[in-house]
Amino acid sequence: MNNKIIKVALVGQPNVGKSMLINSISNAKLKVGNFSGVTVAKEEVFLAYKDYRIEITDLPGAYSLNEYTIEEKVTKEFLDNSPYDIILNVLDSTNLERNLFLTSELLALDKKMIIVLNMIDEAEKESIEINENLLGKILGKPCLKTSAAKNIGINEVIKAIVKKYEDKKLPTKLIFSDVIEEEIENISDLFKDTGFKTHCTYRELAIKLLKEDKQTYKIFHNEPVWVKLQPILNNAFEHLYIHYHTKNMEDVFNDEKFAFSKGAVTETVKQKISTKKTLTEKIDGLLIHKIFGIPIFLFLMWGLFQLTFVLGNIPMDMIDSFFASLIDLTKEILGDNEFGSIVADGAIAGVGAVILFLPNIVILFFGIALLETTGYMSRVAFLLDGFFHKFGLHGKSFIPLVTGFGCSVPAYMAARTLKNEKDRLLTLFIIGFMSCGARLPIYVLFTGAFFSVENAGNIIFLIYISGALLGLIAAKVLKIVVFKSEDEPFVMEMPKYRMPSFKLIWHTVSNQALMYLKKAGTYILAASLLIWFASNYPKYPSIEEKYSVKIEQAISEEEQSYLSGKLALYNLENSYLGKIGKFSEPLFEPLGFDWKMSVALEAGLAAKEIVVSTLGILYGLGEDSDENSKGLVEKIKNNIPFASAVSFIVFVMIYLPCLAASMVFAREAGGWKYLVYLFIFTTSTAWILSFVAYNITKLIV
Amino acid sequence: MTLDKLNIGDTAIIKAVNCENALKNRFYSFGMVKDSKIYIEEITLARNTMEVRIKNTKVAIRFSEAAKIEIELENE
Repeated sequence: MNNKIIKVALVGQPNVGKSMLINSISNAKLKVGNFSGVTVAKEEVFLAYKDYRIEITDLPGAYSLNEYTIEEKVTKEFLDNSPYDIILNVLDSTNLERNLFLTSELLALDKKMIIVLNMIDEAEKESIEINENLLGKILGKPCLKTSAAKNIGINEVIKAIVKKYEDKKLPTKLIFSDVIEEEIENISDLFKDTGFKTHCTYRELAIKLLKEDKQTYKIFHNEPVWVKLQPILNNAFEHLYIHYHTKNMEDVFNDEKFAFSKGAVTETVKQKISTKKTLTEKIDGLLIHKIFGIPIFLFLMWGLFQLTFVLGNIPMDMIDSFFASLIDLTKEILGDNEFGSIVADGAIAGVGAVILFLPNIVILFFGIALLETTGYMSRVAFLLDGFFHKFGLHGKSFIPLVTGFGCSVPAYMAARTLKNEKDRLLTLFIIGFMSCGARLPIYVLFTGAFFSVENAGNIIFLIYISGALLGLIAAKVLKIVVFKSEDEPFVMEMPKYRMPSFKLIWHTVSNQALMYLKKAGTYILAASLLIWFASNYPKYPSIEEKYSVKIEQAISEEEQSYLSGKLALYNLENSYLGKIGKFSEPLFEPLGFDWKMSVALEAGLAAKEIVVSTLGILYGLGEDSDENSKGLVEKIKNNIPFASAVSFIVFVMIYLPCLAASMVFAREAGGWKYLVYLFIFTTSTAWILSFVAYNITKLIV
Repeated sequence: MTLDKLNIGDTAIIKAVNCENALKNRFYSFGMVKDSKIYIEEITLARNTMEVRIKNTKVAIRFSEAAKIEIELENE
């Protein structure tokens, strides 16, 4: 029996424990989605309490309602335009004064509101005493002490929500300093005397006029009262300018908010000042140390990537072999026909490719969640911003970029830690330059074919390094040409170090994993089916029959596999994919590629692993050729000129990573058009650089 | 004098914040307003970024932004 729905907007500054708070509400159902149009996660919590159904929307952390970040924009827009009954404002008890700054802005919205003083256990440890009753009186809103980490006071919050919902709304007490109050009164008096009709209070109107709210001025311009109002307003502004030494009204009201918070804190908070170094200061002394800071960070990163790609490989291998056997089993059950092929090679293989990345994503996000919830992430940005800023990037870009060396899929997702839209887009665009693990087989194959064993390792290292350098240069170019804007200011809070809550980390990681499976899964599945279709159709039954007869008649097993290899080659050459490859051959001719290399590259759009197996088929081998097979290395050496090989490697280094990554990219960047831009950008860069590499190599060799 | 000229361990009083409103609001919400006291906690080796403290809030600022904050040195 959930008769009455109470809608609650959960608002607070970053790092005040908002997500922790809704996580500690028991019996609540959680729904995760996105705010429409932006990649900001939207979390909603539903719970039944007595006869009520309480719906809490967790709004992104905002320092103020000023639209400085995308998060603040989303929060402000929700508070202005979406329906809700109560604002639940969460504050960090250990940093009340700064948190009250946002509260004073929320008070101006004039809604039912509850103040939650969270992290009260920490405040007690720091011997901060808060008189919550007095604070409640000053703000005119109930104040509750809670600790989400220690599960203190959570039930009281739920009770307070219900009580607030049933009570009548009281007028908000947001009192300004005497100077402003006097002007508000003057203006309100005029409205009273003239009997001005409006749906808001006179006080509200007066404040809006003093704040120079454009909308309000537009309305007043058409009112007869404007004539009388104008001189009063002029007077008021004159008065305020003199008093505050500034003509910027925003500054004046900011000063007011500041004075308000300061006043409230002086009256209600008692703190014994200790000169001892806090734990955060001690840890910071080491972690952001001038000299040790960066090595420590690099070591931690190294550990994280070892975990991600070594530990992650164990379940990956298991998943891989599981799906391989599932595909075989399906084919056995459904028979070797079209339907069996589309289910096994299309659908199951596609789903398998999606799930394959899951271990990587889970481990990496576990690490990132750990970095973020402990407060270390901002230190990372602090340490690296200087270097990355030179290339137009942000300190936080480091993590997605390095992740890109492992796999682009989690790398694109890791770029979420970048809060600024342009910084994030720029980082997303250059992640592909960091050669992912799947490209390694191609490099191994080609360097193995053209370089001595001793040199091959160095060459591969060179490939990786030059890829990264190209990426940084590309970032600089993109920053100047495309994302040209003034440098985003770098002003960032360094929150206190906190012990991670495993409940919260689990919650974040499982959300990320789920969202990946849900969204990427559907797109990747659809695209895999498309690629499967393009490489399997049209069919040539008469040719196939001819070959199957020949294969049956073949004497040795060797000849059989040779013949089935030839059939595979014929089918691929004449499939839609092969036709596209041949059609596009002229495009790749200046780079020194034949149609076989072109097809391999195009098939590589699906996944880089396919490049090697396609080359295997096209250069006349069985399907199960891998980078180690001597035969393929020989074939490559004999069939491909050195210059073409160099240009091929350059092309592979730069063009789109794979289908799965492209889908994730489109989602993270926030639109398909960005994928088109990325495709054009990477392909043209790859083409030009390959062309240069091809011609230089031809000249030298 | 501006904030970017200071060194680790310095203490200063903010005299003015000279930048456009969006950034100024951000400084405000960290408590970086006129007359508040600011402590320099850490500076990176290449002098690109600094960590400052205002009351209980620690903030990382790039030097180009720090140059927009006018201060008066007040070492103890």
